[in-house]
Amino acid sequence: MQRLVLILPALNEAEVLAEVLARLKAEIKKLPLTTELVVVNDGSTDKTAAIAGKAGATVLTHLINRGLGAALGTGLVYAKKQQADFAVTFDSDGQHDPADIAKVLWPLLGRRADVVIGSRSLNRESKMPFLRRVNNQAFNVLTWIFFGKTTTDSLSGFRGFNRRAIQCIHLKTERMEVSNEFFAEIKRHRLRLEEVPIKVIYTPYSIRKGVKPGNIFAIIFRLVLRLLR
Amino acid sequence: MINNFLPVQIVFGAFLLFAVSRVMLRLKDGTLALNNFIFWLGLFIVALIGVVKPELTTILAQKLGINRGSDVVVYASILLLFYVIFRTNILLENLRHDLTELVRKLALKK
Repeated sequence: MQRLVLILPALNEAEVLAEVLARLKAEIKKLPLTTELVVVNDGSTDKTAAIAGKAGATVLTHLINRGLGAALGTGLVYAKKQQADFAVTFDSDGQHDPADIAKVLWPLLGRRADVVIGSRSLNRESKMPFLRRVNNQAFNVLTWIFFGKTTTDSLSGFRGFNRRAIQCIHLKTERMEVSNEFFAEIKRHRLRLEEVPIKVIYTPYSIRKGVKPGNIFAIIFRLVLRLLR
Repeated sequence: MINNFLPVQIVFGAFLLFAVSRVMLRLKDGTLALNNFIFWLGLFIVALIGVVKPELTTILAQKLGINRGSDVVVYASILLLFYVIFRTNILLENLRHDLTELVRKLALKK
């Protein structure tokens, strides 16, 4: 059976992680794949690691906080080492619906795509708050300017990768700008990209954890540094 | 000869000579790479020439279409500061990346 590594970057998510993992475990039983849940504990100071371990997930702990990009990078390196056939990144704050994993995997299993982005904008029922929608559009334009790739949701944390993508994607950025960097890697390695609509569950908790509109300037600066490094 | 200099030239000149000596020392103890050594030494020597012979900056200013030599020095300094800050940021990014690689290796080892 083919293997899937499900990567959850987590920073101080003890409040919601147990529930997220329980919902994921129920859903992955339905998949025709051997699935390993991997929580990348990015230097959490709460009980994130203990909760993840108790739920039966593989826990990779960053001894100090290195940021979202670094956590995703660690998860992908782990998937590469495990020679996984597929990897899916999934937010640990509870904003994603585990039922959408099958949707994200579908183009990969059908060999139509190397990378799949779960797009919140493609979902007509999506009730994305106005400010977040504007922020998302700004980042989509930024992704196009920097990397020449058009997308409807450059900030989505719900992504799927096949073995080819797992093997060749090499992330350099360490923080929020990683979401845009994925598109640079997709373009650089000429990976086939597909987007599928996903549901998003907005709670005060998940909104608090998201990318703030003001972050755009810091992200632009770090993307410039990445290009010139 | 030193009597011919203004106090500001003596202070700036002394500081630049001190900076040159530090650069040479850093090359000697191996903490400065040769290309960085050339950059900093060249920069301080040019600044030293500007301090000792300020009339040269005026000639340069006129060639560049700027009125005063001191303005050239100010503009050049601002540009240089931007460049140095930018280089420092790149260096910091590289250090952060190295740190992440280390943290990642430890995370995957367990």
